[in-house]
Amino acid sequence: MSLSSLAELPEMHQMMRQTCRDYADRELGPIAGKLDKEHLFPAQQVRELGAMGVMAVEVPEALGGAGMDYLAYSLAVEEISRGCGSTGCVVSVNNSLYIGPILKFGTQKQKEQWITPFTTGEKVGCFALSEPGNGSDAGAASTLARQEGEEWVLNGTKAWITNSWDASATVIFATTDKSLKHKGISAFLVPMPHPGLSLGKKEDKLGIRATSTANLILEDCKIPLGNMLGSRGSGFKIAMQTLDSGRIGIASQALGIAQAALDCAADYAHKRTAFGAPIGKLQAVQFKLADMAVAVESARLLTWKAAMLKDAKKPFTKEAAMAKLAASEAATFCGHQSIQVLGGMGYVTDMPAERHYRDARITEIYEGTSEIQRLVIAGQLLKEYAS
Amino acid sequence: MSRVLVGVKRVIDYAVKIRVKPDHSGVVTDGVKHSMNPFCEIAVEEAVKLKEKKFIKEVVAVSCGPTQVTETIRTALAMGCDRGIHVEVSGKDYEAMGPLQISKIFAALAKKEEASLVILGKQAIDDDCNQTGQMTAALLDWPQGTFASEVTIDGEKVKVVREIDGGLETIKISMPAVLTADLRLNTPRYATLPNIMKAKKKKIANMKPADLGVDEPPTRLAGVKVETVDDLVAKLKANGTI
Repeated sequence: MSLSSLAELPEMHQMMRQTCRDYADRELGPIAGKLDKEHLFPAQQVRELGAMGVMAVEVPEALGGAGMDYLAYSLAVEEISRGCGSTGCVVSVNNSLYIGPILKFGTQKQKEQWITPFTTGEKVGCFALSEPGNGSDAGAASTLARQEGEEWVLNGTKAWITNSWDASATVIFATTDKSLKHKGISAFLVPMPHPGLSLGKKEDKLGIRATSTANLILEDCKIPLGNMLGSRGSGFKIAMQTLDSGRIGIASQALGIAQAALDCAADYAHKRTAFGAPIGKLQAVQFKLADMAVAVESARLLTWKAAMLKDAKKPFTKEAAMAKLAASEAATFCGHQSIQVLGGMGYVTDMPAERHYRDARITEIYEGTSEIQRLVIAGQLLKEYAS
Repeated sequence: MSRVLVGVKRVIDYAVKIRVKPDHSGVVTDGVKHSMNPFCEIAVEEAVKLKEKKFIKEVVAVSCGPTQVTETIRTALAMGCDRGIHVEVSGKDYEAMGPLQISKIFAALAKKEEASLVILGKQAIDDDCNQTGQMTAALLDWPQGTFASEVTIDGEKVKVVREIDGGLETIKISMPAVLTADLRLNTPRYATLPNIMKAKKKKIANMKPADLGVDEPPTRLAGVKVETVDDLVAKLKANGTI
């Protein structure tokens, strides 16, 4: 993929972007308000997206996926999120956080067992790293895993797990060797439901309300030894690498929400008249729209670059963090300004602006807060300048 | 019963606000979003469904126009057509092209490809001619089932439910035949990602109208403006038209 792709996407990517946009416009846009209001998981739409290959974009065809690259995945998540921020989140979590680590670190048998059934949209997965005691401080995982004969026994609580109530499996992180600190964390695959694993109450969230977020409670949860993902003690590394890629997914979700907010505001600026003319004629409104457009487009290019670097198997940690930071801040900015352009209409549920504002907010928090992204970027940057 | 030809036309996207060119010679097409004619999408969907039900073996997507129409053919391939044919017509010839010339091309291709069915959209949303299907059938001397809202294959015959002014009409026609798709025939599928990938490898053959024995469209002559109806009648009498 060359730099000219940034100016004009290759034909295949344009086609897949179009098909996702068509689906989002026709199937998600009309129901997004209802999904949000009633906290409804879009099960049918997830199945339809699965049939289109969107739930497993990067998974090879042999395992049931679409066999496309990460740039294609980023485009898909953006277009889906533009229709419905919650659905975009479900797509992103399934692709990047659940399938991602299994694709990268799993054995062939694990891939067939834990990926293939999750490509169709019939089943979705989740990713359990955060705990009530640590979110950003991922190395301090207090969930424990001890070996007992031919089984691992897991104990502990995971918090803020997206898709939890709708998932059929989880990639979960637990400490196998406390003395090794973060090098003593391992990754495990646990089916859901499963004896010893229960779910906490569904969180009542500000936004992305069609997704379920809850605690995962493990009480002597027993799984076969073969359910360890990757090698013992590599859990932290798996988590960090998974989040690196996941950031491109969340950046794409944020772009979709930001774009939807911008579309809403620009359309309104054409139609709403005040002081004798459409408000789009007023400089104050024009400046807002211009600032929103610049924020979205620059974040988009950062996101595409991060995806293209990943596809080229080059280091992309810094770029992914920059993309997530820029896109999430663009989303909250556009959500905020979109309401402002709409005035009173932006504050009521008749228009989608207020939903975009609420949906945008989470993108600055999950999969690495904006503060963590800044630390990651600075860390990479300083490495480059080290003498 | 092996092969179906489906026509797909590249038109300005239905959602675009059409603008007339400053010199009034046509509408602005440069940089404007184009997509497959919605009725052609329905035609493709019907053909692909017939293939999935194993009534036919191969669906060939055909489009006439400049290089850009290959995008439209590619979309048809991503929806499930097996291969494409791009009949290349560009520039002034493309602007002068109309249903009669297209019909001649489709008739020639239908014979060449030994098609059992030619399925077209009932009309294109840019010119709204609603002529190509009918003309193609006439040139081939094949039966036609136009404005189809339901198509059922029954041995060597096709049962077509047609949407007509008075309601619905059911006809039974023999194959080979020409069908045109109306709105309620089906709901076109979304191109799936794996099919978009597969479409990359499917072949699109290239040819010119001349390869099919079809002439260039006649050069359109300039018209004359007259002031009154009397002048018009006089002119028409003078050149022997009436």
